[in-house]
Amino acid sequence: MAVRRTIVGISSPRELEEALRAAYYLADEELSTAAYLALALGKPLLLEGAPGVGKTEAAKAISGVLGRTLLRLQCYEGIDAAAALYEWNFPRQMLALRQHGDGAEPVDIYRDEFLIERPMLACLRRPDHTVLLIDEIDRSDHEFEAFLLEFLSDFQISIPERGAIRAQERPVVILTSNRTRELHEALRRRCVYHWIEYPAPERELRIIMMRASGVAERAARAVVAAVGRLRREPLAKHPGISEAVEWAQAATLLNQQGARWPDAFRRSLGVVLKDEDDLVHIAPRIDAILQEAQA
Amino acid sequence: MTEMAGPIAHFLAFTAMLRRAGFPVAPEQTMAWLAAIELLGPAEVDDLRRAARATLAPPPERFAEFDALFDAHFLGALHPAEASQPRDEAPLQAAEEGTGGLEPIFGEETRESGGRATPAERLSARQFEAASEEDTLRRFARAIPARVPRRRGYRWRASRGGPGTDARRMFRDAMRNAGEFVKLRRRQRRLRQRRIVVFVDISGSMKERTQSHLAFAHALTRAAAAVEVFTIGTRLTRITRTLRLRNRTQALATASLLVADWDGGTRIGDALNAFLDIPRFSALARGAALVVLSDGLERGDPAAMGEAVARFSRIAWRTIWLTPLAGDPGFAPRTAGLSAARPFLDELGDGGSLASICAHVLNLANARVA
Repeated sequence: MAVRRTIVGISSPRELEEALRAAYYLADEELSTAAYLALALGKPLLLEGAPGVGKTEAAKAISGVLGRTLLRLQCYEGIDAAAALYEWNFPRQMLALRQHGDGAEPVDIYRDEFLIERPMLACLRRPDHTVLLIDEIDRSDHEFEAFLLEFLSDFQISIPERGAIRAQERPVVILTSNRTRELHEALRRRCVYHWIEYPAPERELRIIMMRASGVAERAARAVVAAVGRLRREPLAKHPGISEAVEWAQAATLLNQQGARWPDAFRRSLGVVLKDEDDLVHIAPRIDAILQEAQA
Repeated sequence: MTEMAGPIAHFLAFTAMLRRAGFPVAPEQTMAWLAAIELLGPAEVDDLRRAARATLAPPPERFAEFDALFDAHFLGALHPAEASQPRDEAPLQAAEEGTGGLEPIFGEETRESGGRATPAERLSARQFEAASEEDTLRRFARAIPARVPRRRGYRWRASRGGPGTDARRMFRDAMRNAGEFVKLRRRQRRLRQRRIVVFVDISGSMKERTQSHLAFAHALTRAAAAVEVFTIGTRLTRITRTLRLRNRTQALATASLLVADWDGGTRIGDALNAFLDIPRFSALARGAALVVLSDGLERGDPAAMGEAVARFSRIAWRTIWLTPLAGDPGFAPRTAGLSAARPFLDELGDGGSLASICAHVLNLANARVA
């Protein structure tokens, strides 16, 4: 396999970590190692983790570091090749045929202008300018997963009317999954894998301070402690990093409008817990949790 | 690379060790790992570990085990046999971890001796197959493929009287006919089967019926496409994979080896909540038809059971509970657990005989949900 030791001037996991920080993404050593290896070995990067731990953000940051356009393919149940690869623009083909009339030479209706590019084709055609993000792959059907296998190992697709299209170099592909179902082993082994955990408190604090600029450190610290506590509760949906950031922002906003501190947190609880059962479950103890967090 | 032979052999020995411990490691993953080591240069052990995690991709719930094996191999910290211990302590994972098909389960379980083998013997001794039951199951297996509950899928297919217009097909046809639209093409959504999730209560109070319930689950798994079977007692075990075996005696014997809480107590609420707390499992229940075969005699917290059923009713399409006690005409759900669960059930039916269970499951598709 072709190994590229240096990509846009980055030649070690540590350098990638620094570049990601400059793109406002705090990666830990494991993530930067996995991402660097994926780039260097030319393999897709598979990111798994609970919702809201920053999988999609990581992809955005990586594309930012590389200075490439991010092509996002959101998966859903029933996604098919037409949504992922290409589609022919039938009405335009039709018009071209009609305009042409019964002219001398036949018109070629399989030219580029009649081809509607979808993310995967766009990525194959411009591998050096794009990063392909295949988001929430666990939502798609097994058929689509199997279809991806071919794409991810050869980076080639075939259009019957045009023949095979192959990437000039190995494109950068990032897959994310919420792990609502197990991905097939064959897909996992084609990728470099990283499981994103909830960050350690110290790192989450830095993330909040970086993402939400107007938040005081004391408030951010309290949010980190409270969110950490909530993640240990048996909730249906645990708060992710984005929820923590939003909570800090929301509480700060309320505080600026005159709400006192524990109260500002309690009133903006809807930003963190978005499930009626969870709110009911936590309601009797929320005061104690906030007290503890602020201490 | 030749002078690297020594270290490479050491690295390869680690991947071999992983395979023995049941981690699926493909040759290309090994190659990627070696390339990664070369890339990262002479590094600390932690770099090696991070590279191994990224390229060999162990499943997250086995990270601890993976790390233990890694330490054992590269740091000599622990004996490998001890390292693989946690796996046996978690029957829930062991039960569904046979990613390489069924052979590993066979291989592992037959090496076991002593206590683990006894339930199997007891199993084969029990006679359950009355001729009529056999007959009922055969009829059921023939009838169910046509009567599984279905939902409207995402994809379209061409159809004569469908509600949508198939523009793509029409344009394609028109191109063949010199740009003339000859015929209006229609399309409709494809129907897809809803998953059926069966929970079989294997606690002591259901002892008499466990065998025929498992036989039923086996018939259903073999006959219908998307079926998941779990046993509940004091814990939760997924037995779907083993039930896919054709031979029933063999399938049930293998399943019985997976289940550790045979004829034990009942903590249905905990088992159901455990199911819901594992995202991969709870995703199975989404939009599915849930069938619980249990008498609802709960030793644990009845409130937990009610809560679990309530959560189920929210993600599942339909939840039915079949209890043998309901065979009695004067039956009312009097046990605390079942009364707590009752408001959230779409149906509380008679699970007294195999015929009645089969009838209920065959009727899943007919029933209108309120």
